[in-house]
Amino acid sequence: MKTSNDSETVIAPAEEAAANPTINPVSGIDQSSGNFRYDMEYAFDAGTGLSENTVRYISGVKKEAPWILEFRLKALKTFLSKPMPTHWATKDLENINFDKIRYYLSQGQKPKRTWDEVPDDIKKTFERLGIPEQERKFLAGVEAQFDSEAAYSNIKDLVSKQGVIFVNSTEGLREHPEIFKKFFGKVIPTGDNKFSALNSAVFSGGSFIYVPPGVKVAQPLQAYFRINAENFGQFERTLIIADEGAEVTYMEGCTAPKFSTSTLHSAVVELVALKGAKIQYITVQNWSANVFNLVTKRGIAHEMAHIKWIDCNIGSRLTMKYPGVVLKGRKARGEVISIALANDGQHQDTGAKMIHAADETTSNIVAKSISVGQGRSTYRGLVHIPKHLKGCKNNTECDALLINTNSRTDTYPAITVRGDRNSVQHEASVSKVNEEMIFYMQQRGLTEGQAMSLAVNGFINDLARQFPMEYSVELKRLIDLEMEGSVG
Amino acid sequence: MSSLEIKNLHVAIGEKEIVKGFTLTINSGEVHAVMGPNGTGKSTLSKAIAGHPDYTITSGDVLIDGQSILEQEPDERARAGIFLAFQYPSEIPGVSIANFLRGALQARMAEGEELDASAYYKRLYQKMDLLKIDRKFTSRSVNDGFSGGEKKRCEILQMAMLEPKFALMDETDSGLDIDALRIVADGVNAMRGPTLGVLLITHYQRLLDYIVPDHVHVMYDGRIVKSGDKSLALELEAKGYDWVKKEFAEANAR
Repeated sequence: MKTSNDSETVIAPAEEAAANPTINPVSGIDQSSGNFRYDMEYAFDAGTGLSENTVRYISGVKKEAPWILEFRLKALKTFLSKPMPTHWATKDLENINFDKIRYYLSQGQKPKRTWDEVPDDIKKTFERLGIPEQERKFLAGVEAQFDSEAAYSNIKDLVSKQGVIFVNSTEGLREHPEIFKKFFGKVIPTGDNKFSALNSAVFSGGSFIYVPPGVKVAQPLQAYFRINAENFGQFERTLIIADEGAEVTYMEGCTAPKFSTSTLHSAVVELVALKGAKIQYITVQNWSANVFNLVTKRGIAHEMAHIKWIDCNIGSRLTMKYPGVVLKGRKARGEVISIALANDGQHQDTGAKMIHAADETTSNIVAKSISVGQGRSTYRGLVHIPKHLKGCKNNTECDALLINTNSRTDTYPAITVRGDRNSVQHEASVSKVNEEMIFYMQQRGLTEGQAMSLAVNGFINDLARQFPMEYSVELKRLIDLEMEGSVG
Repeated sequence: MSSLEIKNLHVAIGEKEIVKGFTLTINSGEVHAVMGPNGTGKSTLSKAIAGHPDYTITSGDVLIDGQSILEQEPDERARAGIFLAFQYPSEIPGVSIANFLRGALQARMAEGEELDASAYYKRLYQKMDLLKIDRKFTSRSVNDGFSGGEKKRCEILQMAMLEPKFALMDETDSGLDIDALRIVADGVNAMRGPTLGVLLITHYQRLLDYIVPDHVHVMYDGRIVKSGDKSLALELEAKGYDWVKKEFAEANAR
């Protein structure tokens, strides 16, 4: 099973770029926190390029049940048959070279339960990112994925004693098929889009979570996704099931070092909130400016259930992500709170989908985007309320902030409401940080960069307050770094 | 004791020269009122001193304690002790007054030094009590949706907290009713003292009933054409600016 790196995929000598955290306004994202990597020997490597053999290799390494291999191979066919969605999305997608990507890299199959057991370089990586510290301070459980597999996974005893399951996708499907198989690939079918099909073929890692009826997990569960290798594709798969009356908050963070070649991150995240359950899913994405981040996220909310996506996209070259909620049961509620910051050379194509499928369902979308320099942000929204329903409500707000005249922002809201027993509200605004505002702040002693980041933080302040404290502090810090780099 | 020297200052907006040889020295402890008709360059003067990018200083100099500040960025000038109370303060949505002031004070500290939060709030509340400002005020976003009077009060509070060496007050009285005017004037009077120099720009004598200046200057066509004590302001009130314009025209004709 063990393979060595061939000459094309030799890992470059480890760079210690973090020692010299220069800010590059052209490539945008500041990577002083995430831009470092360690040289790795991978015990498991599916090689470069995608074929049936790649899929068989991944499935074999994981010792999967035959139905999963079947599922993967079918998905591969779907992926190959689907065209790139460039008839509506950016042509930049054509720059992804699927033959140059490495689809599976790992050091081992089983995540460690203590940080002491985690190999040194991987442990150092996560320590630099502050994960073990956050875990001690305020998390109920942590999973730390390094390239294709989790290197570390642990859940506090107190939480696991309540029957909460928090494992990676391989373990979830192998150890608890009776729980997960029923919903796996049901919220987001393989053929939903080209990238959900790709993920279904080569998925690895991610979190499978089950919260039993009535259990309210007090502290958040967190996953951290780290890409370390060059020319790599990360395809984690997450499935969260909150049983009747259960509550859980899940947070994910992501970083990668800056490479000159492109990296692909394509996840599928499925949420199932059964009757009266509540799931809050928080993302702070800070990928480096070479990452294509193409993610499908959707939840199903049953009767009286509540699903809330808080989605924050700061980094990447191109992000396409429209978290959605299917409001399947009466009085279900769906929310998407979205913050996107597009710096020079970045395109944040984000939004939300709300599919109302029962009476008295409500949905709320608040999207704020910030475009800096040549950065481009796009909002795409889909709200669907069919004619036969009554008492449904949607509120959509999208606000864009432009930091200079080259910035670009587009809004494509699609709201279909049929029948006269439902109500929708839609507001959109575009504003600019003007010279007078910056001068005013500078006159009080703030530097131009400080003034810019204060203006941006003010713009998203009402949304940032909905984050858990630790994350809103982190968000503010990331924005400060971004804005400092954009001045000059 | 500090001095702000404005030496033969010429300021242009684009190609158009607005300030044409303005000279004045303000020492700490002094309050100078600059009066004049509209369009005579009063606001341009204050913005140019503060370093607004739209205003080009074509010749002359501005010095604090003998050091020219013209090469400095607006924020460096601010940290060197220049405070501009704006005629039309900008709105900053989502940024509370408390956080804004905290950021402004933090920016004045050395790298690695942290503002003591509890001492900061203690001082903030002291100043607010002094200025008779409701404590709820500081949780509102800076100038966002404020009335004219609230905006001016917010400027005065910032001035009290930042303790500048020199305050340039640009038409602080405009848009204020008499109660608001009194509150603003009381605030400035409370800050008057040996460490503060004030340049009070106003169109009307009215403000000078409340803030009594040490010196009054009449500005016309981009420069000072007449200086005197507070009685000059009363004379202007009685005779109007036409008197100055006429005198200026005659002086030019000679």
